[in-house]
Amino acid sequence: MNETAFYGAGFPYNPIKDLPGKLIVLEGTDGVGRSTQSQLLRRWLEDEGFAVSDTGLRRSPMTQPGLDAAKQGHTLSRFAMSLFYATDFADRLENQIIPALKAGFFVLSDRYFYSIIARDVVRGADPDWARGVYGFALKPDLVLYLKADVPHLISRLVHGRGFNYWESGMDVRCADNLYDSFCIYQTKLIEQFDQMAEEFNFVTVDANRPVPVLFEDLRRVIKTLF
Amino acid sequence: MLKPNIYPGKLIVVEGIDGSGKSTQIDLLYKWLEAQGKSVYFSEWNSSELVKSTTRLAKDQKLFTPTTFSILQCTDFADRWENLVLPMIKAGVIVLADRYAFTGFARDVARGVDPMWVRNLYSFALQPDVVMYFRAPLDVAVERITSSRAKIKYYEAGMDLGLSDNRTTSFRLFQQRIIDEYDKMIDECNFTVIDGTLPIQKEQKQVRQIVHKALEGWEGLPNPEKQTRPLSSTRRKPASKTAVQPAQGDAQ
Repeated sequence: MNETAFYGAGFPYNPIKDLPGKLIVLEGTDGVGRSTQSQLLRRWLEDEGFAVSDTGLRRSPMTQPGLDAAKQGHTLSRFAMSLFYATDFADRLENQIIPALKAGFFVLSDRYFYSIIARDVVRGADPDWARGVYGFALKPDLVLYLKADVPHLISRLVHGRGFNYWESGMDVRCADNLYDSFCIYQTKLIEQFDQMAEEFNFVTVDANRPVPVLFEDLRRVIKTLF
Repeated sequence: MLKPNIYPGKLIVVEGIDGSGKSTQIDLLYKWLEAQGKSVYFSEWNSSELVKSTTRLAKDQKLFTPTTFSILQCTDFADRWENLVLPMIKAGVIVLADRYAFTGFARDVARGVDPMWVRNLYSFALQPDVVMYFRAPLDVAVERITSSRAKIKYYEAGMDLGLSDNRTTSFRLFQQRIIDEYDKMIDECNFTVIDGTLPIQKEQKQVRQIVHKALEGWEGLPNPEKQTRPLSSTRRKPASKTAVQPAQGDAQ
């Protein structure tokens, strides 16, 4: 990281000088292939001799049990849900991501706060409020936006983990069944990502293509950081 | 920063450091309003069922940073806000809150987070109709807390800030920072300042006057079954011991 920069005030109580590592974010909607690519990238970066640390939403040991329980019960209201995710994100940023960057690691983040604000805004949150929450967030070195259209997402889910309540946005009832709700919800999310692409300098890559082709593309972009 | 209350209900808040006497006063106020046949609902800081286990885990294992502390407390607030408080205000109820967003503003900024950032965090909430700030000098508040409670807890004492290795010293330094933040908010957040060193009954007289004035000409939701049935099964009452213990602190 050449210059440590935050989207807002950062962590005023804990000034950070130098972060020699690189923060690489993979973003995109559900079923776009982020975790597959993340695993491939990790192996490749390690082959190249870089130390890699990976992270992703809901992996904070502090919030994971509570957040999982709340998701199970479907009892989280909009702001509480959004802020619970923000707590998870902040905890991982301060206790995992920044320490790894300090130690010179490549950090591969499966999603960042962009996914969270996309979901918040689709659920009716004020876009400025949602962005303001993440004023403590570090600006990544690279955000790779894996963009796939809804038909591709559907085919991956059908041959993969299937449709689920949250990925279909059933908490906001876009439709009376998982399939229709999924199509409407994911379309709205893609709209949000497209809007953010420019605002947050995403590098957009076409994720409708097969895994090896996409992987080759991602490697080419990431090499520019070496 | 907070939006004005456009709903039929009223929102009345008490703020102040631990040991300032606010919980004692809001408990008396609750009983007074209820005795008048008003529909009253009480909400306490840090009491969301949903967030409780996470807060406990983080406190026990000392996992909090100032930022995660701040956001998790706001998560707790948001859960109560959306599920309990706002519906009551919309229904025309008087909501009494022991601590509100201003506690977040004061404590979290005392811990070092950015003042504008934490104000944005809570900006979905409404500006209360009345905010009574119980202002007590540090020595008075500390004396009340230390005489009534066995041990000051880690985060309550601001031990996470590394101000001092001694818990009591740390507590004093941290509470003074919080007082300074509250004082800065008097104008900004429209606080009515109450002298927290007065005798309980005298303070209560003031509190009732202030609330009476704020409720003048206001009807609100009638309470047809006063004293025969609680407002709802989820209603929380102030703990009765707060009425007899001047120094009932709250979980930080």
